[in-house]
Amino acid sequence: MSDTSRLAKIRLFTVLTVVSNVAGNTALTRGMQLLGDPGNSPLALIGALFHPWVAIGVVLLILWTLAHMALLGWADLSYVMPVTAISYVVTAFSSKFLLGEEVSSMRWIGIVLITAGVTLVGHTETTTGHQ
Amino acid sequence: MKWVLVLILVAATTVGDVLRSMGMRSNPINKLHITISTCSMAVSFFTFMRLVAIVPMSFAVPMSAACFIPETLLARMLLGEHVDWRRWVGVCLILVGVVFITQ
Repeated sequence: MSDTSRLAKIRLFTVLTVVSNVAGNTALTRGMQLLGDPGNSPLALIGALFHPWVAIGVVLLILWTLAHMALLGWADLSYVMPVTAISYVVTAFSSKFLLGEEVSSMRWIGIVLITAGVTLVGHTETTTGHQ
Repeated sequence: MKWVLVLILVAATTVGDVLRSMGMRSNPINKLHITISTCSMAVSFFTFMRLVAIVPMSFAVPMSAACFIPETLLARMLLGEHVDWRRWVGVCLILVGVVFITQ
């Protein structure tokens, strides 16, 4: 495969990974907010999976898992990790604009620190001296 | 309740990730590790579902990054990985970030 098409594929899956993660979490949260806390009953939790928003969220999160796995197969972990970290920032925007949550300045600072932390972890050697 | 769920989420994700890593690295693949890991991931997912029912997503999602902290410690202790200073700095940033989002 040519470098151009490989790069295009990696870019496409990078966008897909971030979008499916954020959209999946947003849909899942929307559904669970509408349903309320199901409590400790496992049946109620399984039942919640059939709520339309929760179901959409689960499908998107399955898509995210597959896209993320595929991306890990083609690109370096040190590339994939910071990409995943960007999802935290996009999640904050989604919380604010799609779910109408108040995101305080303290929380923004925290999200930026976590993103920086995950990015830094991602920029280290992928395999060290493990057995 | 919120903190109980956060604790279960972080613990289940950590156990899931560490056992998956241990299981996949053994030769042959350790099926018991993978099975327990998969169960832990299921617990983690359902706990996350409950958590977002009671807290904002802008708290729950960054909070799930807290598992990087115990995972780094366990990667060093159980998996024998070398954790260099950049990784420790990254983990410290995540730790401070987690403290900020809880404010």
